[in-house]
Amino acid sequence: MRILFSFFAVIALALIAYAGVKIANLQFLFGVVIPYIAIAIFILGFIYRVLKWGSSPVPFRIPTTCGQQESLSWIKQNKIENPSSASGVVIRMALEVLLFRSLFRNLKTQLKEGKLVYGEAKWLWLAGLAFHWSFLIIFVRHFRFFLQNTPSFIKTIEGLDSFLQVGVPLLYMTDIVLLGAVTYLFLRRVFIPQVNYISLAADYFPLFLILGIASSGVVMRYFYKVHIVGVKELAMGLVTLSPVIPQGVGVMFYIHLFLICTLLAYFPLSKLMHMGGVFLSPTRNMANNSRRARHINPWNYPVHIHTYEEYENDFREKMKKAGIPVEKE
Amino acid sequence: MATKFTAKPDELSKLDYKPPKKGWMDNPVEFKENTFCWGAKGKNLKIIDFPNARDWSPAEEDWKLPENWQEIVLEGIKERLSKYRSLRLFMDICVRCGACADKCHFFIGSGDPKNMPVLRAELLRSIYRRYFTASGKMLGKIAGARELTIDVLKELWYYYYQCTECRRCSVFCPYGIDQAEITMMGRELLNLLGLNIDWIAGPVANCYMKGNHLGLEPHTIKNGIEFFLDDIETVTGIKIKPTFNRKGAEILFVTPSGDLFADPGTYTCMGYLMLFHELGLDYTWSTYASEGGNFGFFTSNEMAKRLNAKIYAEAKRLGVKWIIGGECGHMWRVVHQYMDTWNGPADFLEEPVSPITGTKFENAKSTKMVHIAEFTADLIKNGKLKLDPSRNDHLKVTWHDSCNTARGMGILEEPRYVLRNVCNHFYEMPEETIRERTFCCGSGTGLNASENMELRMRGGFARANAVKYVRDRYGVNMLANICAIDRATLKALMEYWAPDVQVAGLHELVANALVMKGEKERTQDLRLEPLPGKEAKE
Repeated sequence: MRILFSFFAVIALALIAYAGVKIANLQFLFGVVIPYIAIAIFILGFIYRVLKWGSSPVPFRIPTTCGQQESLSWIKQNKIENPSSASGVVIRMALEVLLFRSLFRNLKTQLKEGKLVYGEAKWLWLAGLAFHWSFLIIFVRHFRFFLQNTPSFIKTIEGLDSFLQVGVPLLYMTDIVLLGAVTYLFLRRVFIPQVNYISLAADYFPLFLILGIASSGVVMRYFYKVHIVGVKELAMGLVTLSPVIPQGVGVMFYIHLFLICTLLAYFPLSKLMHMGGVFLSPTRNMANNSRRARHINPWNYPVHIHTYEEYENDFREKMKKAGIPVEKE
Repeated sequence: MATKFTAKPDELSKLDYKPPKKGWMDNPVEFKENTFCWGAKGKNLKIIDFPNARDWSPAEEDWKLPENWQEIVLEGIKERLSKYRSLRLFMDICVRCGACADKCHFFIGSGDPKNMPVLRAELLRSIYRRYFTASGKMLGKIAGARELTIDVLKELWYYYYQCTECRRCSVFCPYGIDQAEITMMGRELLNLLGLNIDWIAGPVANCYMKGNHLGLEPHTIKNGIEFFLDDIETVTGIKIKPTFNRKGAEILFVTPSGDLFADPGTYTCMGYLMLFHELGLDYTWSTYASEGGNFGFFTSNEMAKRLNAKIYAEAKRLGVKWIIGGECGHMWRVVHQYMDTWNGPADFLEEPVSPITGTKFENAKSTKMVHIAEFTADLIKNGKLKLDPSRNDHLKVTWHDSCNTARGMGILEEPRYVLRNVCNHFYEMPEETIRERTFCCGSGTGLNASENMELRMRGGFARANAVKYVRDRYGVNMLANICAIDRATLKALMEYWAPDVQVAGLHELVANALVMKGEKERTQDLRLEPLPGKEAKE
């Protein structure tokens, strides 16, 4: 149900783009209007969400410490997993964001004849890393469509990405890796019982959407070619704010573009915001130095306490009898 | 009342991790006997001025909720979203990758899918989505949103009192989402409706009025400690005279009251007394700030602050220079990550310097409170203690890192260094079960009530399993730790899952090994059990 809903939602989106362009001839709507709206939603939505998080303070210094603390000079601190300085935090965050450090720790807990065993479980980490990095490289590769002259670093990336020198046009490894990784991420949601149990439609939908985007892109590049010069004209028109709709760009391009627009517009409303959120996570981005330097809670307020005076009033006689010093005899 | 928990370990360890066919939203909560604690009594909540104080029972249909309970919860969520970035963020960014799922000791020991941290969080997230996000308001269930009904509230209660805020999930989460943080918020919300458990509310009320969870009155504390002094004299021949509420002492010593009350915590307490005596430390106990632990922390941020405030207040009144804290887990999460923020700045104290070694505890220079394991490790490193580790030769020791000190502080090597110096046989449990990946005792956050025994045994299953491993492999017979709740609960856990393994605090082992000036030849350890090889001479 959750899976089918998400699957058919993506199919429906593709059909809308197909019908819109092929039957209703709404090239301008799908090639210009919707992309502008989607980008606006993405940027404004993303900023809104981050500001919203930012508007809530971090009242306490609550890093999750994953190694030895800073204490006595002769005890070796784990400066990355339990950082007490800003530089340690930067390295910890960089490892987290770039290499998914915490996910790398993953273990598989199994019960065998009453005994718990902990096995390696690196596939999720590997697939996650492969997916995110190939997505990023593909994203960067697409810049050639938005720049009059393709910068050399993009050419370098393209060269590396296609170094296998297979096929015409040359096969990009990231295309394969992305499709493979997303497929794995989908399959584990279906087949690992616990993961299946926790998965929502909101988990399947972005997977299908990205799968749709990637496959339409692959189909366009390798099989069902579109008018590439036209695509670049359209893209350049969008970025220079003088939109044009060139003739004869294939419908597959519009499907690809519409799915991307959906992803952009959906992004700020969804869990995909983990992209921004990971930077703000207080259990990761704070130094563990709360005994060395006082952390301020902006909404700290005075509270009722049972004072010593009240306590002594309750127990003065008993204290005196026991020989415990008191303030008032 | 409930039938007594009688299930055998064999039965309990028959676990099926396969989730049921029905989706979790369609599977209402079922209150199983021996897996939840009694509801908070009205009188305990009244003492601390908490709202909706009344007697109620979780097992009964009618929870006697205020009419506008829904509104109270939703307002409570709204307020907390605006006060805690952690909550807002953790409600929003989970991708449900499932990396946390099999990391929770309650899931490992129960197989109940709602004990997977991700799903425990979704219990609250689903409410958040329904009332605080556009997609949840529009799409409802398809967006993972659901109405806040009475059944949902009960489910929240049941599972938020099946989480010990151990933070193990947070170690493995790619975004550091910390279920402890979410559970803390969830429990705050439940407390707005008077839905605490009495095993927490009772100690909180005690601590508020009498200074400690156990409700020990000043003279009782003194008597209790004097009782230990007699035992110490029996073992060492040395008379110790500690002071109470003494103004002008250099150091205030604060430890969880559990150390004053029951075995084996009491032996740890004897350890402190002997160590401080041997050093000639100018320190005092306080009967007012007689609790290092903080069950308020399992109730609400505000309640935790109210209880914690006594430590600085007492340090100020007595005019001490700095504070040493005893062995306790959540106490140190609180002292380390919260105390200064709540009740500081402690500008009336001085930066801690060990009067014995001259070491400056730079890492505690703002909070001015030093962990006793840091203090003792420094003593040993500087050769200030005469130790005879062979007195612990009858023990094969393993080390249990407590959740809070491991993942909310990182005090890992200090106690190990001490341990290696005071005993000759020390064996680590498997690395996946220690340090930052350590497993909870299963009874933390105030869940150590006897009516909750099945849950506790399930929750401690993973910990016990690792202990059993070193017991069978190396003959380990002692599980050492720096946590009062561990000392109070691991004993029962070991009896159940790994018989023949006893439990000790670090400073019990220190004191066993400590060669004191003018002591008689020791023939007994602190438990008054004969030392091996010395029995004959008796």
